[in-house]
Amino acid sequence: MGLRARAAVAAGNLTAAVSRASGMGAGSIIGGRVSLALDPHLLTRLTAGRGVVVVTGTNGKTTTAALIAAALGTAGRVASNTGGSNMLDGLVAALTRDRQAPHAVLEVDELHVPQVLDSVDPAVLVLLNLTRDQLDRVGEVAHLITTLRTALVRRPGCLVVANPDDPAVVAAVPDGARVVWVATGSSWEHDTVVCPRCAQVLTRSDGDWWCGCGLRRPVPDWRFDESGFTGPGGAHGPLVVALPGLFNRANATVALAVADAFGVSLGRSTTAVAAVVQVSGRYRQVRHRGHDVRLLLVKNPAGATEMLGVLAGGTSELVLVVNGREADGRDLSWVWDVPFEQLAGRRVTVAGERASDVAVRLGHAGVPHRVVHDPWAALAGLTEPTVDVLANYTAFRDLVRGLDRAR
Amino acid sequence: MRGDRELTVAVVYPSLLGTYGDAGNALVLQRRLQWRGLRARLVAVEVGEPVPEHCDVYVLGGAEDGAGRTAADMLAGDRGLRRAVAAGRPVLAVCAGLQILGHEVRTHTGQDHAGLGLLDLTTAPRAARAIGEVTGRPVGGWSADLLSGFENHRGSSVLGSAARPLATVLSGVGNGAGEPVEGAVQGSIVATYLHGPVLARNPALADWLLESAVGEALEPLEVESVTRLRAERLGAVRAHGRVRGRTTTR
Repeated sequence: MGLRARAAVAAGNLTAAVSRASGMGAGSIIGGRVSLALDPHLLTRLTAGRGVVVVTGTNGKTTTAALIAAALGTAGRVASNTGGSNMLDGLVAALTRDRQAPHAVLEVDELHVPQVLDSVDPAVLVLLNLTRDQLDRVGEVAHLITTLRTALVRRPGCLVVANPDDPAVVAAVPDGARVVWVATGSSWEHDTVVCPRCAQVLTRSDGDWWCGCGLRRPVPDWRFDESGFTGPGGAHGPLVVALPGLFNRANATVALAVADAFGVSLGRSTTAVAAVVQVSGRYRQVRHRGHDVRLLLVKNPAGATEMLGVLAGGTSELVLVVNGREADGRDLSWVWDVPFEQLAGRRVTVAGERASDVAVRLGHAGVPHRVVHDPWAALAGLTEPTVDVLANYTAFRDLVRGLDRAR
Repeated sequence: MRGDRELTVAVVYPSLLGTYGDAGNALVLQRRLQWRGLRARLVAVEVGEPVPEHCDVYVLGGAEDGAGRTAADMLAGDRGLRRAVAAGRPVLAVCAGLQILGHEVRTHTGQDHAGLGLLDLTTAPRAARAIGEVTGRPVGGWSADLLSGFENHRGSSVLGSAARPLATVLSGVGNGAGEPVEGAVQGSIVATYLHGPVLARNPALADWLLESAVGEALEPLEVESVTRLRAERLGAVRAHGRVRGRTTTR
């Protein structure tokens, strides 16, 4: 690295250290911002010569990146931004933290992928799913598809690992791209009733889908079921995933496919993936005032719907914590797209700055609930021994920090 | 009223016209009838099915351009909604629903697409997306309470003389063309850009539609959580000082 890049990294690290020491934050964002301001080409320099995996999509980025990092970690050190700082400054911070690691796994906000692809030449781009999320910030899915596709055209050497079950993802992959298709399934089809390319209504049958314009579900190279995973050439093995939910089995299969592309043996990567029990606080179990509390992040209707599936059949008490700051999206209309009716019969408390929005939704769903705006007061009033806390972005972050401080 | 007749709330093409919580509007209508002891049923009219013309109230939600265009084409080939409107049955149309009931929609790729022409308005794209809380003062005396909701759209809709606005805008963008007004009312159609869904935040608007459906006044219904949400959202807008004019009305 040249002098300028080294100075930029040093200044960023110093800033991050000051930020951490003064208790202002984890330091990665401000440190990365300082470094980038001093050297705008830093991202290119920091990734040169490394095997880079970029992970993007609406849901599952953080968890999938962590699973990939675990699998690749069996073959050497991996630099990764698994803390969830997924914009440019966060990437720089992750890359400067470990400059020797031969691999980097970078979770990237879907809006920033085009910019990242222009500075980084990744070996692999993982494209998980594209559904409505923070419509006020991200905008419409159709626009996202076009910008991703255009950016990928400029990186013909990049291997795309993508989900054939999401028509929006398939439409975002340019013709002629090198693709490994990993069937991850989808229980959320509200955003792809019509073809993302021509807007005709898609035909769906038994997991398959196609359109009159020619867009259709590609044949998957990888898939999974209860018995395990199946890869190219009939490779088959058990899939043990500690994280809950069908979607995390899907994310784990993606991780195996990516590790396989780097030549990691399936035996090693399945073992590494199985050992992941929490991802920067998500799915973490904590003991809080005599209760076993599990922390779950929900940010949009697709993710929340999947998470309600994880909770189905259980009897845990629930606390829903919803804020409406910029990082959360100020438009909380999505709570009406979540089948909260499924919570009938559970003990439920709603909390957070936008607790009233959720309370109105639950009232119309026929789910009795308490409203306690302060999340800590909500946690103080628990009655059941096991509790699941579902929180959106800033609410989740504050809870994780608060619980860390209380330890 | 009408013995124990079951009222039907039709949700038109929920999978096409259902961006961001708009199906909640139908649920609000159903619940407000049920909470008054009336029987009410949701009828989801899926893509490929004919729109029944004898439902008591119709709800159309928002969509991205492509899905909205496809919905407009399908409705153009279906007489159900037109007949319901001709018979004076109430319709709530949100966002793309508002746009496609108008004469024409120009998308941001510059293409014109015909709407159903049931509302005297035309829509063109805005330069920037209109996003944020909206507060409006009802026009036409349908309520003394302020209209409150969240807008998230790229449309700019110009009303013709046959349509009148639903509200004048006190904060936010609304229709985004000419005078600061929000929504459109024409005959039995009520259209708005507000999501949220709009009826959850505006029980007076829900009851206006329901009274039109039922054909008589409904007994008052106060839902505490809704009252609290309205107070919070209107309070948040006031606290940001973005309100045009006076907002002393509740």
